[in-house]
Amino acid sequence: MQAVEWVGELPQRIAGAFPDACLQCLSYLGQHFVEVPTGVVAPLIQYLRDHEQYDMLTDLTAVDHPKDAGRFEIVYFLYSFARNERIRVKTRFAEDHDARSIASIFAGANWLEREVYDMFGVRFSGHPGLKRILLPEEWQGFPLRKDKSILAMDQDWVRDHLHIESGQ
Amino acid sequence: MSDSPPRLDDPLLESEGRYLEGSEMVLNLGPQHPSTHGVLRVVLKLDGERVRDVECMIGYLHRGVEKIGENRTYQMFAPYVDRMDYVAAVSNGLGYCLAVERLISVEAPPRAQAARVILTELNRIASHLLWLGTHALDLGAMTPVFYTFREREEILKIFENYCGARLTTHAFRIGGLQYELYDGFEEQVLAFCSMFPRRLDEYETLLTGNRIWVDRLKGVGILNAADCKRYGVTGPLLRAGGVEWDLRKALPYSGYEQYAFTIPTGRTGDSFDRYLVRMLEMRQSVRIIEQAVSRIPTGPIMAKVAKVLKPAPGEVYVAIEAPKGELGYFIVSDGSDQPYRIRVRPPSFLNLQSLEQMAKGALVADVVAIIGTIDIVLGEVDR
Repeated sequence: MQAVEWVGELPQRIAGAFPDACLQCLSYLGQHFVEVPTGVVAPLIQYLRDHEQYDMLTDLTAVDHPKDAGRFEIVYFLYSFARNERIRVKTRFAEDHDARSIASIFAGANWLEREVYDMFGVRFSGHPGLKRILLPEEWQGFPLRKDKSILAMDQDWVRDHLHIESGQ
Repeated sequence: MSDSPPRLDDPLLESEGRYLEGSEMVLNLGPQHPSTHGVLRVVLKLDGERVRDVECMIGYLHRGVEKIGENRTYQMFAPYVDRMDYVAAVSNGLGYCLAVERLISVEAPPRAQAARVILTELNRIASHLLWLGTHALDLGAMTPVFYTFREREEILKIFENYCGARLTTHAFRIGGLQYELYDGFEEQVLAFCSMFPRRLDEYETLLTGNRIWVDRLKGVGILNAADCKRYGVTGPLLRAGGVEWDLRKALPYSGYEQYAFTIPTGRTGDSFDRYLVRMLEMRQSVRIIEQAVSRIPTGPIMAKVAKVLKPAPGEVYVAIEAPKGELGYFIVSDGSDQPYRIRVRPPSFLNLQSLEQMAKGALVADVVAIIGTIDIVLGEVDR
């Protein structure tokens, strides 16, 4: 089964609001998502919040595709209480690019963006305090990247802080 | 006072302009403090008893659950999710099973769905009971914890009779249930349902009208509906803020649309409202269980599911109303037998983020009350 085009009034309005951005409105298993270029993410989320009543950021996460040119995919999950509907906004960008923080649009994005930075090493420009959240600040490496083995860890940190030689 | 204020090696003071004033001090609450329910460390900047700034340091229980998920087959990962919110393991398992079932377009048979609802609601009560007992303990009420653990024990016995485990149950399988309900299941659950509301009344005589209890919670840690939405806060906190929203009603799953129940809400969004909402939720859970037990359908308990699951490439997000709020699973499949990416949307993580907003300007003792009524489980915050 393939993702199909999302037909309806809302995708039309979204496309109408951002005529120059090449965005794609798709559906898979009845769940809707919009794929947009990175620069459009913040304006689109602002638009969805202010004009389409998507008033809660449920979640924000990343997916790593190391073989692709657009390595990192950031996924934003929005929910509208008034419509009782969810929508996902997705964007892809290369490893040397930064994402733009949406913490000024949804305060809840603060920790979620920190977690993505912590796990994937994606930087969010404009974030009020981008630093690691789950791992120690001095930790080297980003564990949820696909090229990190599940057994890989920062041996030096473990040795220096926990005084465990083998890492196990 | 010297011109250059002291700079301590502390995260609160790193950013510019956040120096300590003359009468201020920094206090670490946790990570081994009992009132932080596990290994939460809260760095407080205090001016006397008044909290000027708050920062949560989390991650002490980080085990890389999402990474483990990418390295296990769909079935092998199911027991791991129980270890996130370990006081509500059944809810975690339900959310995960529903997400994978959605991905492979399978639905559990009606009998399995009813059994899932009963066990999940029992788990909601168990989770709220653990919260109530420990939260009361934090605020100096010693008695309730003994009562709530007595009733929680009855629920854990039902789990043990059903699947052999009490805490991390792995009660459900992708596609339904592994075990048929045991003989005497209905009677044991109904006996609990007839006994439990009276016990709830007992707790309320201890707490709800208790002047000390009310003074400690009323007007403390207010989080209104708008703030909840800004922070992505869900569950009892959102309902206490006056939003009548529950995923069991808004986007029903596992047959919840068949059961009559109401969504309790608060008015002000303070700690006392959150306490009341959870107390009322337990009564609603009893209602749901009674309805579900009275009409468990007959039939198979397992849908047809392949031994090796290889969902078509694609992604899906499925969320349930866990005891602590919206618990979501975002699974990306690349067509192999292991998830390409599995993301858990933990309710405690997002709820805890609002602590900063609630605790600024409060007293130190209030911080304990606020952490208590957020109802966090660090296993889920840190994953």
